[in-house]
Amino acid sequence: MRRRPLPAWADVILIPIINILLALLVAGAVIALIGENPLKAFAVMFQGAFGYAEGVGYTLYYATNFIFTGLAVAVAFHAMLFNIGGEGQAYIGGLGVALVLLTFDHLLPFWVLLPLALGAAMLFGAAWAAIPAYLQAYRGSHIVITTIMFNFIASNLMVYLLVNVFIVPGSMSPESRVFDENAWLPTVHDFLARFGIDVAASPLNLSFIIALIAGIFVWLFVWHTRWGYAIRTVGFSESAAEYAGINARKIIMLTMLISGALAGMAGINEIMGVQHKLLLNFVAGYGFTGIAVALMGRNHPLGIVLASILFGALYQGGADLMFEMPNISREMVTAIQGFIILFSGALTYMSRPWLERFFGLFAREETTEEVPHGR
Amino acid sequence: MDANITTEIISTLSATMRVSTPLILAAMAGIFSERSGIVDISLEGKLLAGAFISAAVAAVTGSAWLGLGAAIGVTMLLSLLHGFASITHNGDQVVSGVAINIIVSGMTVVLGIAWFHQSGQTPSLPNTARFMPLHLPGSEIIGSIPILGDIYTRILGGHNLLVYVAFLSVALTSWVLFKTRFGLRLRAVGENPKAVDTAGISVAWLRYRAVIIAGILTGIGGTYISIAQNASFIREMSAGQGYIALAAMIFGKWKPVPAMFASLMFGFLDALSIRLQGVEIAGIGQIPVQAIQALPYILTVAILASFAGRAIAPKADGVPYVKER
Repeated sequence: MRRRPLPAWADVILIPIINILLALLVAGAVIALIGENPLKAFAVMFQGAFGYAEGVGYTLYYATNFIFTGLAVAVAFHAMLFNIGGEGQAYIGGLGVALVLLTFDHLLPFWVLLPLALGAAMLFGAAWAAIPAYLQAYRGSHIVITTIMFNFIASNLMVYLLVNVFIVPGSMSPESRVFDENAWLPTVHDFLARFGIDVAASPLNLSFIIALIAGIFVWLFVWHTRWGYAIRTVGFSESAAEYAGINARKIIMLTMLISGALAGMAGINEIMGVQHKLLLNFVAGYGFTGIAVALMGRNHPLGIVLASILFGALYQGGADLMFEMPNISREMVTAIQGFIILFSGALTYMSRPWLERFFGLFAREETTEEVPHGR
Repeated sequence: MDANITTEIISTLSATMRVSTPLILAAMAGIFSERSGIVDISLEGKLLAGAFISAAVAAVTGSAWLGLGAAIGVTMLLSLLHGFASITHNGDQVVSGVAINIIVSGMTVVLGIAWFHQSGQTPSLPNTARFMPLHLPGSEIIGSIPILGDIYTRILGGHNLLVYVAFLSVALTSWVLFKTRFGLRLRAVGENPKAVDTAGISVAWLRYRAVIIAGILTGIGGTYISIAQNASFIREMSAGQGYIALAAMIFGKWKPVPAMFASLMFGFLDALSIRLQGVEIAGIGQIPVQAIQALPYILTVAILASFAGRAIAPKADGVPYVKER
């Protein structure tokens, strides 16, 4: 049977959709294995994520985190670096935000606090990525292992800091004090209420806009600056980059610092936008979700925003699912993430030969027409 | 020597043996896989899956052996999945490994809650459904000799069967890799798959066999964690040991015996740090629990960063083999 190279749209849109469907198919099989009805489960999840205004707010609030961590993974991927330390970088980014807000929340106005907190989130996130980055660039240490180890180290460090340093004296729970209301990010429902628009309350806040701006920044940076060009060249071939006069080691450092800074910004949404205090495990797997998001979004900001909304829906819908079907736990969403990473990251082109045959069926007439006449 | 210090040393060394076992098994699994050219980040996920399945099956059937068998079966399937992605479809091996780790991390809790309703834990196992410590022959007689006796009964002896299986796996790995035709071909396929292919030997089949062996070894390692070292499965109980084993393998330069010593070193430091908990150290004071818990991870980074981190991997490690047409 004849094959035909796939048209661009099939490569960019059709294959990712097929891969998501395959992942959901496997997830459905798991749900059936547990003894629940998969179609009903997906219906509950969809209803929970998009069916009512509050659900949509939650979906976009989760998506905000995933845009940050997804962009972080994507930037690193462009230099062929696999940063699975988003989890720890976001955790430490949140620490930076909390330090700024706990110190200055009574002293400075909001519009000064915001850039300071953003800067701290980026700085702390980047710092947590800096050591694995340095070891990869200058010592050749496997960045996947070192970033994972830094996730574990971050987790222990935060337990120590919360239990011994940030805890409110006399309190039993390892949490910092609540920030002054002056330091809270405005939520979308409060903001819209000022214009007389009434939407259901949800944690969705200003950081969603910051995430979208970060997406635009990444797009400009990766495709329209010389650093972005250097990053992609290093990703394509480190030795070719060296021949072209690019210092690959410096580029690896630069890429990972930006990646860590982006992951750290997830701390803005969680700490400044929603929790308003520093607490344990607020990252809740968002760093790992960033991997799935980046792979599904093909490392492009637009794709990442769309994939983030899908994962936001999975998280929010998954929370609703727990109430409806107590037999299915929250970790089902983690498993689905894994399936999506598998199908859209490792088995990306599994479906391609079949698709090429499928397109080949319709190709005959076109190819005869394409033969130039009169030569 | 002070009797107290002697007891301390013997307890620490005895703990070293117990803590190192899963690291050794996973490191041998990593050696098989990477020597054939397949990077295996999913050692971690396979340990966790093995731990869950063995504990679940042992809880239901009451048999440790059935638990072990089921664990090996499941980890082999995960290995085949990794092979399907990275050998058959030339997918990104690191991504495939990370996917497997995340799938296992989610699925063990999902299935654990659905089957046992104990927030992700499996029921606590009676001793009859576990691998229990064995007594080496002649323990009564040799055990009465002062120091030698302690060494024989508590450091070398007094462990469960799987500890000895781990050390046996080192000898077996060495023998298979360096003394058999299969091992020669396995090493060749990790260095220069094209040469192996030209000689008329299937690259894919060799690599599949390598990852299947890795699956078996991690299945034993996972079983050890949940039903030999502990008495039930707890969520995320592999706690990065698969990654530490990878670091041990790299530190051991992809060779079985050095990788075993690297695993023992990690195990020793881990055992030592557990004993340091709550101890006052002159000049420093009490070390925070969290620092001690973070120590294995910090050490892993330090070791990867040291000269050994630059050790040369098999040449075709992580590179999919695509036949020229």
